[in-house]
Amino acid sequence: MRPEEGTLISRAQAIGALLELLTDQPVIVCNGFPSRETQKIADRPTHFYMIGSMGNAPAIALGVALAKPDKQVVTFDGDGNVLMGMGTLATVGALKPKNFIHVVFDNEVYGTTGNQPTIANVVPLEKVAKAAGYVNAVRVLDREDLVYEFRALLKKNGPSMLLIKVNEFQEEAERIALDPPDLTKRFMKAIE
Amino acid sequence: MIEGDEFVQSLQAMGVNFFTGVPDSILGGIIAELMNRGLYIPAVREDEAVGMAAGAYMAGKMPAVLMQNSGLGTSLNTLISLNMIYRQPCILIVSWRGYGGKDAPEHLIMGQVLPQFLDTMTIPYRTLSEKTAKEDFAWVADVYHNRRIPVALLITKGVVKGLHP
Repeated sequence: MRPEEGTLISRAQAIGALLELLTDQPVIVCNGFPSRETQKIADRPTHFYMIGSMGNAPAIALGVALAKPDKQVVTFDGDGNVLMGMGTLATVGALKPKNFIHVVFDNEVYGTTGNQPTIANVVPLEKVAKAAGYVNAVRVLDREDLVYEFRALLKKNGPSMLLIKVNEFQEEAERIALDPPDLTKRFMKAIE
Repeated sequence: MIEGDEFVQSLQAMGVNFFTGVPDSILGGIIAELMNRGLYIPAVREDEAVGMAAGAYMAGKMPAVLMQNSGLGTSLNTLISLNMIYRQPCILIVSWRGYGGKDAPEHLIMGQVLPQFLDTMTIPYRTLSEKTAKEDFAWVADVYHNRRIPVALLITKGVVKGLHP
C-alpha cells in the first residue's frame, strides 16, 4: 500500500475541484472514466469527451492550443494515457505553448479496464514532463494543494503539468450521452 | 516533376492552413518548403500528428498530416476511433514507400498492401500524378468538405521533387 493512499482524494473529487476553477476554457478529456465522470460532474459545451484514441488527449489539446493561442487550453489525462503517448510530452515541451495546461489524474492503475497496475508508481510523470521542457510541473496529493496550485497555474505561462495523485475510486457514471459527431459540433461551436 | 512550392501552394489554395507530420525522404522537398515558410509543426509519432490535426480542425483550421505509409499503421486507432467516429476530416499526405516492390525490405509489405489497407479502413485515397494533379487536389478537397473523414493523397517516388534531385 502506498504511504499516502489513505488520505488521497478520488479522481471525481479532483475533477469537481478543477471544474470549480474553470469557466469557458476548452477541456479535452481522455477516454474512459475521466470523461464519464467529468460529464456527470459538470457537462459543458467546452468539454471534448474522448471515447477512443487512448493516449491522444494532449495531442488534441495541443492542436487546439496552437490554433487558438489566445485561449487557455486544458486537458484532463490519466497516468496510463500519458505513458501510452509519452512522446507528446516531448512535442509539448519543444513547442512550448504558453496556453497549455496538462492535468494528470494519477491512480497508478488502468481503472476503466479493471485496475491493472500501470508503471506510474515508479515513473514520476511530472518529472518526465519537466525534463521534456514543460515550464511548470507540479505534483499534488490533496485537495487543498490542488486548488492552490491549479489556481496558480491558471495565471502562469505554460506549458504546465499538474499531476494529482488520486485513489482508485471510480464514480458511478454513465457513458457519454452525445453521439461523437454531435460532440465535435458542440465543441467546435463552443470554442469558436 | 512537381516542385515542392507548387505542391504547398496547391494545398494552401485549397484552404489548408495547419501542417504537421513525421518526415519521409519522398516528402523531403515538401517539408523543406513548409519549413521555409514557417508552417510545419513537427510531431514525434504519426498518431500524435493526427491527434494534433484533429484539435486544430475543431479550432477552425484545415489540417494536413504528412507521413510515410508505415505511419498509417501507427495512426490506425486514432484515424478510426477519433477521426472516423467523431467525423473529423484530415488530409493525409502519404508517401508510398515500397511502391512496385522496389524499396528497402521494411517497406515491401506495407507498399504492397497499401491500397487494400486503406480500403479496409474505408479511407478514400488517390495517387498523385503530375498529369492529373489539378483534379487530384480538387478531389481531395471535395472528399474533405463533403464526407468529413480522413482522405489520403498518395505520393510515389519522383512525382514531387525531393531534397536531392
